[in-house]
Amino acid sequence: MSTIIYIPRDSSAVSMGADDVANAFNREAQRLGVELRIVRNGSRGLYWLEPMVEVETPVGRIAYGPVHPEDAASFFKPEFLLSGEHRLRLGPTEEIPYLKNQERLTFARVGITDPVSLDDYLAHGGYRGLDRALSMSGAQIVEEVTTSGLRGRGGAGFPAGIKWKTTLGIEAKQKYVVCNADEGDSGTFSDRMIMEGDPLVLIEGMTIAAIVVGATDGYIYLRSEYPDAFITLNEALDAARRGGYLGGNIRGSGKSFDIEVYVGAGAYICGEETAMLESLEGKRGMVRFKPPLPAIAGLFGQPTIINNVITLASVPIILERGGAFYKDYGMGRSRGTIPIQLAGNVKRPGLIEKAFGVTLRDIIYEYGGGTASGRPVRAVQVGGPLGAYFPESMLDVAMDYEAIVAKGGILGHGGIVVFDDTVDLAQQARYAMEFCAIESCGKCTPCRIGSTRGVEVIDRIIATRGAEKSASVELLRDLCDTMTAGSLCALGGLTPLPVMSALRFFPGDFGLSSNNE
Amino acid sequence: MDTAHSWDEAAVESIALSLRDKPGALMLILRRVQDTIGWVPPDSVPVIAKILNLSRAEVHGVVTFYHDFRHAPPGKNVIKVCRAESCQSMGAVALAEHVKKSLSCDFGQTSPDGTFTLDAVYCFGNCACSPAVMVNGKLLGRVTPKSFDEVIGKTAAGR
Repeated sequence: MSTIIYIPRDSSAVSMGADDVANAFNREAQRLGVELRIVRNGSRGLYWLEPMVEVETPVGRIAYGPVHPEDAASFFKPEFLLSGEHRLRLGPTEEIPYLKNQERLTFARVGITDPVSLDDYLAHGGYRGLDRALSMSGAQIVEEVTTSGLRGRGGAGFPAGIKWKTTLGIEAKQKYVVCNADEGDSGTFSDRMIMEGDPLVLIEGMTIAAIVVGATDGYIYLRSEYPDAFITLNEALDAARRGGYLGGNIRGSGKSFDIEVYVGAGAYICGEETAMLESLEGKRGMVRFKPPLPAIAGLFGQPTIINNVITLASVPIILERGGAFYKDYGMGRSRGTIPIQLAGNVKRPGLIEKAFGVTLRDIIYEYGGGTASGRPVRAVQVGGPLGAYFPESMLDVAMDYEAIVAKGGILGHGGIVVFDDTVDLAQQARYAMEFCAIESCGKCTPCRIGSTRGVEVIDRIIATRGAEKSASVELLRDLCDTMTAGSLCALGGLTPLPVMSALRFFPGDFGLSSNNE
Repeated sequence: MDTAHSWDEAAVESIALSLRDKPGALMLILRRVQDTIGWVPPDSVPVIAKILNLSRAEVHGVVTFYHDFRHAPPGKNVIKVCRAESCQSMGAVALAEHVKKSLSCDFGQTSPDGTFTLDAVYCFGNCACSPAVMVNGKLLGRVTPKSFDEVIGKTAAGR
C-alpha cells in the first residue's frame, strides 16, 4: 500500500514553495522506488506553518511544517519511517490548538479533501444539503435559510433569506444566481481558500440557490488576481457536471443549472454588486442606483440572487443540518460562524472560523500570538480598506456585525490586519483616500473628486501647523461628511471610516494634540 | 517593435467573432485579446466595436476602465507588487521602493530596456504571507528586498 501525503495546492502555500516541496517529494520517492501518493489539498489555514505537509498514518494525519524542498529526503530515512519523529513534527493536525479551538462549519472540508475530487467531497458529507433541498419546495428552503440567520458575508450583512425570498416571489422567464468572488479587501482570503480548497461546497450552495428560484444560469465573478482559483473552480465544475450535479436534470430532479466562471479585470469596485452586474454585462463597472434591487431586476434586467462566496458556501451545511443547528452558533443578530482572516504583522496569521462573539483581542493574541515583528500592537484595521483603524485599547470588541458598528467600524468580510508601533496612521489615512481615488468608478462626485482632494488635504494637515492645520482638519471632516452622505456605494461612503478613525484615535500621527476637537 | 507583441487585425477579429454572441461579450473579448497578445492595442478598438455594433467610445470606455487592460505592450517580464494594507504592515512600502529602483521603473511603467514591466496590485489574497509579489504569474510570499533580488536575478538570466 502506498503512503498518502498531503501538500496544499492553495496559492498562499504555493507562494511559500508548496509546489517545489511536492516536486521534491516526488523526485525522492521515484529515486528510492517508494510508492507515494501526493494529494494536493486545500490549506488548513495555519499559514505560518506553510508549506505544511501531512502524512496519513494509522492514527490519523500527522502534520509537519514549514517544510522546504531540501527537507524532503529526511522524510524517507528509516529513522523517520519507524517513529515519525522529525524536527518539523507538529503532531496530529486536528490537535494543533489553533485548529482544534475553531468551529469549522463552512470550512469543514478545507484542507482535508482533494478539492476537485467529487468522490472525496461525497465521502465527507458533500451534496447532502442539495439532496435534502431537492425534496423541499423553494419556500421551504428559504424558510430554512431564514431560520439559520445567515447574513451576507461579503460585508453588508444583509439577511440571505430575505434576498432569496424576494427573487423567489417574482415571475420571470430567466433568473440568475451570481456569486461575488471579487474578494478585493486587503487582509481577506477566505473566498480564495474556499475556491481553491473546497470549490464544490460553493457549487453546491449556488445550485441550492438556483433550485429555490428556478435559475438555470449561474456566474462566479472571480477577480483576475486569483488565477489558481480559476483553475480549481473549473476542475470542480467539470467534476460536478460529470457526476450529474450540474447541467440538465440534476440528480434526476428534472431541474437544470450550470455555472460559468467569469474573470474580472482588476477593478476593486466590481466587488460592489451592481458594478459587478455591469461588468458581467460587458460594460464599465459603474455602480447602479438602487432600486431596483438586483433581486428584482439584476443581471440583464432579470431577477438575480447575488451572494458572496462564503454566504453561498455556508448554505449546504444549513440545508444538511437545519437552520436551527446553524443558528445555535453566534451572538445577538450575528448567527452562525464567521471565517476570520488574520493577516498583516502577526506571528501566526491564518484562517480562524469561529462562532460570532470572539473578541479581537483573543484572535490577535491567543490565536495570532501578537506581532510578527515582536513589537507592540498599535493599530488594527478590521473589515478591509473601508474598515476603521482601532487602537490596541479597543480590542475587547466582539466579532459581531452590530458590536463593531457600535465602535465606529465595520466587520466587513472578516479580515483583520495588524500593525505594530512603527505604523504611521496619517500615512494610512492618506492611503485610504488614494486607494479610493484609484478605484472609484466615478459615478458620484464626492467619491471621484473628494478622494483626490482628501489626499491633498491630508498632505496639508501633515505639512502645516497652527491655524492652517486646524482649518485643514476641519476641511477633512467636512469632506468626509460629504463623501459619507453623497456616495451611492460603500467605496465613497465608507472611505471616511479608516480616515476619521485614524484621525480620532491617532491624532499624534497627524501632528495634532489628543484634544484636536 | 517586438514581434511577440505586434498584433494583427485578423487575430483580434477572429477572437471577437468567436465570442460576439456570448452574454457580456465585450469583456470576454478584451480579456481574450489581452491574454492572447499581452495587451489591447488601441487600433483593435474600432475592429471590436464594429463586430459588436457598439460605438468606438463605448469600447474605449471599457478598455480604459479596468486596470488589467494594457494600452501598450508589456516588457519581457511582468512584476506585480501588492501595495495594500496587509502587505504595508509587513514592509511593502520599502519593498516597493526597492523594486522600483532595481527595475529602473515606476508603477505602471516598463523599464527602459524593455526587460520589466512593474504593476501595482491591490491584494493577491496572500495577506497571511505578506508582503506579496507576483513574477510572471508566479505568486511569492514574505518577500524581502534580498529574496526579490534573487528571484529577479534568476528571471533576468532566463532561468
